[in-house]
Amino acid sequence: MDSQIKGVSTGTTILAVTFNGGVIIGSDSRASIGGYYVSSKTINKLIQVHDRIFCCIAGSLADAQVVTKAAKFQISFHSIQMESPPLVKAAASVLKELCYNNKEELQAGFITAGWDRKKGPQVYTVALGGMLLSQPFTIGGSGSTYIYGYADAKYKPDMSKEECLQFATNALALAMGRDNVSGGVAHLVVITEEGVEHVVIPGDKLPKFHDE
Amino acid sequence: MALSNVLETPASGFNFENVSRNVALDGLLEGGHTKAPKPMKTGTTIAGVVCKDGVVLGADTRATSGEVVADKMCAKIHYISPNMYCCGAGTAADTEKTTDLLSSNLTIFSMTSGRNPRVVMAVNILQDMLFRYKGQIGASLILGGVDCTGNHLYTVGPYGSIDNVPYLAMGSGDLAALGILEDRFKPNMELEEAKELVRDAIHSGIMSDLGSGNNIDICVITKQGVDYIRPYQESEYKDKRQRRYKYRPGTTSILTEKIVPLELEVVQETVQRMHTA
Repeated sequence: MDSQIKGVSTGTTILAVTFNGGVIIGSDSRASIGGYYVSSKTINKLIQVHDRIFCCIAGSLADAQVVTKAAKFQISFHSIQMESPPLVKAAASVLKELCYNNKEELQAGFITAGWDRKKGPQVYTVALGGMLLSQPFTIGGSGSTYIYGYADAKYKPDMSKEECLQFATNALALAMGRDNVSGGVAHLVVITEEGVEHVVIPGDKLPKFHDE
Repeated sequence: MALSNVLETPASGFNFENVSRNVALDGLLEGGHTKAPKPMKTGTTIAGVVCKDGVVLGADTRATSGEVVADKMCAKIHYISPNMYCCGAGTAADTEKTTDLLSSNLTIFSMTSGRNPRVVMAVNILQDMLFRYKGQIGASLILGGVDCTGNHLYTVGPYGSIDNVPYLAMGSGDLAALGILEDRFKPNMELEEAKELVRDAIHSGIMSDLGSGNNIDICVITKQGVDYIRPYQESEYKDKRQRRYKYRPGTTSILTEKIVPLELEVVQETVQRMHTA
């Protein structure tokens, strides 16, 4: 599987799922070059762009890091101007503008998830060309193709936090098990009105399935 | 072309001033009969390790141009600031100039702000610059340094991707060096142990990679200061020169001699007073 991305790519499985009272955003931690060399086992793909808004990255690592840096600045500035925390939709729109207006040069996709006072927990996808879509849950990256069935079958609206954590962990484990450019540890961030909680699950503690 | 991003935002778009020059040069070289010389690449093995008291960086000293070793004692560990050094792999000119530019910008910054630069600031400047040039600047860098927030080691790729890591190897010999590092790295090592580990990693790169070789340089950065040991270890495969290459005056006989005096006359003389305090 030859990746078209030049330089370091986040092979990746990323996802975000809303539950009753919050949202969980998760990713693997592998960065690869050309589908044959793992350049990092511990790359951070969950970037905090504001207090209650996170963004996960897929595609070219350089493009994604620079775009999220620019987005972080713009969202922070917007929040200071408005004198209130930004809406998750605003953060997603900032990323969308950057991706759409530079679509020829960039090769990066994002999932933005967070909590705001107006609409509560939300998940937005910003695809490669700059499409912005709001969904109750979403999966992305090269590893996501292996878990569409699982996600569609197992997602229920209004899950509890524990159910949602289990769903996200299982989904990541299944994708990392089948996709060669996803792997390492599973990073999960739980975002609620109260705050932000990081959960890290090392590779050997991930749930195992029938043939492992 | 030199931009001081500290003082002014760079002009938008990409600066490819030298592309038209290169095309013109290629055209001048008799329509392809003579080839332009290949750019000098540092074949290279570079490595870095974070230890308890600081950061240890290591590099080999071979620079290649095509299949020829162009420089046997190339310095690949570049000075950035009193508390930061950077190893470079890739195109030698690119790594040299990028690190020079970074060093100048950081010096200006520390003079104007009165603060010592942090490693993370250097990394951000590098990321901005390399991303702007979309991988055309072939520089893979290992930036290591000690500042008020601790000991740091960062990798910067040619497309502008960065990663903060405890140990690292780059260059054509990176896989060999990484094997040694993966096996023996432990967090919070003592300085001597870390120096031996980096030496062994570079040595492994030199032995297993054709593009790396000659001597090993080590640079140790701690809160107390920097110890740049060049060379830390000399190659045991050094050749002894068989004869002297310096020729006495008179070795070549002079056949004819023509002296042409250049007559210069003073046309105009102006005196300008300089007021110096």
